[in-house]
Amino acid sequence: MSAQAETPFPPGALEREAETADTRRRWLLSLPAIAIIVCAAAGPLLVMVIYSFLTPGDYGNVKWEFSLEGWMNTIVQRDIFDDTLIWADAHLSIFWRSFSLSLITTILTLIIGVPTAWFVATQPPGRREFWLFLVTVPFWTNLLVRTIAIQELIRSEGVINLVLLKIGIIDEPLQMMFTDFAIGFGMTYVYLPLMVLPVYAAVDKLDFRLVEAAHDLYASRWTAFRRVILPLIKPGIIAGSILVFVPCLGAYVTPRVLGGGKNLMFGNLIELQFGAGRNWPLGAALSLMLMAAVMVALIFYVRITSREKADG
Amino acid sequence: MTSQTAHAEPAEAAIADTTAIAVDVDRVSKIFRGETEVRALDDVSVGIRKNEFFTLLGPSGCGKTTLLRLIAGFEPPTMGAIRLGTRDISRLPPNQRPINTVFQNYALFPHMSVAQNIAFGLEMLGKPKAEVQRTVDEMLRLVRMEELKNRRTSEISGGQQQRVALARALAPHPEVLLLDEPLSALDLKLRKDMQIELKRLQHETGITFIFVTHDQEEALTMSDRVAVMSAGKILQVGRPRDIYERPAERFVANFIGESNFLDATLSGGTVELAAGGRFDVRVPEGVRDGAVSVLVRPEHASVRSGEAAEGETGATVENVVYSGEATVVHLRLATGEAMKIRLANAPQGGEAPPQTGGAAAIRIAPGAVTVLKD
Repeated sequence: MSAQAETPFPPGALEREAETADTRRRWLLSLPAIAIIVCAAAGPLLVMVIYSFLTPGDYGNVKWEFSLEGWMNTIVQRDIFDDTLIWADAHLSIFWRSFSLSLITTILTLIIGVPTAWFVATQPPGRREFWLFLVTVPFWTNLLVRTIAIQELIRSEGVINLVLLKIGIIDEPLQMMFTDFAIGFGMTYVYLPLMVLPVYAAVDKLDFRLVEAAHDLYASRWTAFRRVILPLIKPGIIAGSILVFVPCLGAYVTPRVLGGGKNLMFGNLIELQFGAGRNWPLGAALSLMLMAAVMVALIFYVRITSREKADG
Repeated sequence: MTSQTAHAEPAEAAIADTTAIAVDVDRVSKIFRGETEVRALDDVSVGIRKNEFFTLLGPSGCGKTTLLRLIAGFEPPTMGAIRLGTRDISRLPPNQRPINTVFQNYALFPHMSVAQNIAFGLEMLGKPKAEVQRTVDEMLRLVRMEELKNRRTSEISGGQQQRVALARALAPHPEVLLLDEPLSALDLKLRKDMQIELKRLQHETGITFIFVTHDQEEALTMSDRVAVMSAGKILQVGRPRDIYERPAERFVANFIGESNFLDATLSGGTVELAAGGRFDVRVPEGVRDGAVSVLVRPEHASVRSGEAAEGETGATVENVVYSGEATVVHLRLATGEAMKIRLANAPQGGEAPPQTGGAAAIRIAPGAVTVLKD
């Protein structure tokens, strides 16, 4: 041992040794994260990909026979009587409804969330925690419970209708339940905190002296917002929009409770295939399609917003 | 026109009446009401002249930055009025005042290039594109930043950021430029360069500069006039030389340069030092005959070894400190008062400074004794 220790190392060997040890340690530390990603994301995804190429079992599940039927069925369907192929326009219209409702929800959460985040971030430091706490309170209750509470508000005998009837604005209850309005309303409520929090973080980081500088250089309130504040809190807005839009596209509970059986969204359509539809390959294919659509939408969105940034 | 000269010396008042006033701060108070009430500015009046390099000098928390923010329009005054010339601007928002600010940490827009930062104010004023382009180029040349015009502000050094901030504030050609400790983040060498650069810019643009600093040397070297502030009040306004040689109060004397405070008795225009020596002095307004405190700057007296003769004051040498261009001699007077005297150093071989422990004779230059108000 001692002889070995006395042997001079070639130049740089010690550093290289330390570097490899450092790299090894870093890998070791990221092991839990890698394990979670593999088990919880990559694994199930692989299962979905495999299932989408199999044949549906008679009582759900899959038979291990290769088939393209699952993917075919996402866009066309076989007529039950004469086996001709027709466009699966039901799927397309459901997809379109999901997409437009998600977009509307994102815009609504932006309109409500940005001023809210601004308000919280400009409170004196001691009081900010209190407002942030209020923003996160809905997370303390189960999503289903909150959604049913909304139902209580908007159903025909619900609070809103009762009040409107009492003060005589309407003669008969408004039909709000089981409409797209109900879904949009519910999703805006449910996903609002996901917009408020990242925008709050961005506004909190904003250097308000920059806003003063803008005013000092003759910018009105609106121009200062558009030219200085908006570009600087854009990362928060992008993050918030993604956090709202993506889960909206796949939303399941809210459309189910508030939209009823008629106004399906994509999440419900997928659920249907794994449940009553007993067509797991179709469900898997639809899931993967949704994922692809989300990714395309995100790439598109990030491209547009970052190009604006480059333009200044 | 009377209030803003209230704190000025009589000679200053005469000049003020003949020179146009750019910014007239008229009995302004600012009270911040939080958990405790803070009176950041307490009945402040001052008139800042056109094309003047005017400095607000004071320790942190003296209200100098608050006064600057009031002039810029970021905060309204609690009482009093701020006028631009004769126009009351106290209630105008900052974007309607022809006043621009160079912020302490520059506050450059991080999402814009150097040129875009400089163009911002001009664009907000709705200037035509060609004019914006021309002025931006002119400003880039003025602050010597032409090569870096397309850089992000995060990609340039502190000194360069400083110059961009200056160019951005000067580009709309404001009537008044406010500078909030713009040099405090720079290192010494860069700061000296920028001091000269700022004077040059002020001279070339002919804009009134109001400069805030806590650095007395910076204030003395750059300003046409200085206002010394403390605890929300302006103690004295005057030319650097007046402020240094004739400080009105002990605080001003102490804050600017080094000071010897000595006990003395005043009687009819003459003071007699407790330690010995009679001097003719200028008696400030409101000071009565009797016990007073006087100021002698360390470089306004000389000291030699030996016993005191007629017109000199005897002392014991306590310490001699060599510091390159000068030697500071620390002395103890017969009254027990401490005094230090700064001697300019001659080449070696000249007269040796007094030795520690020995007797010394102090000679105070005529006119070096200033009677303080308190």
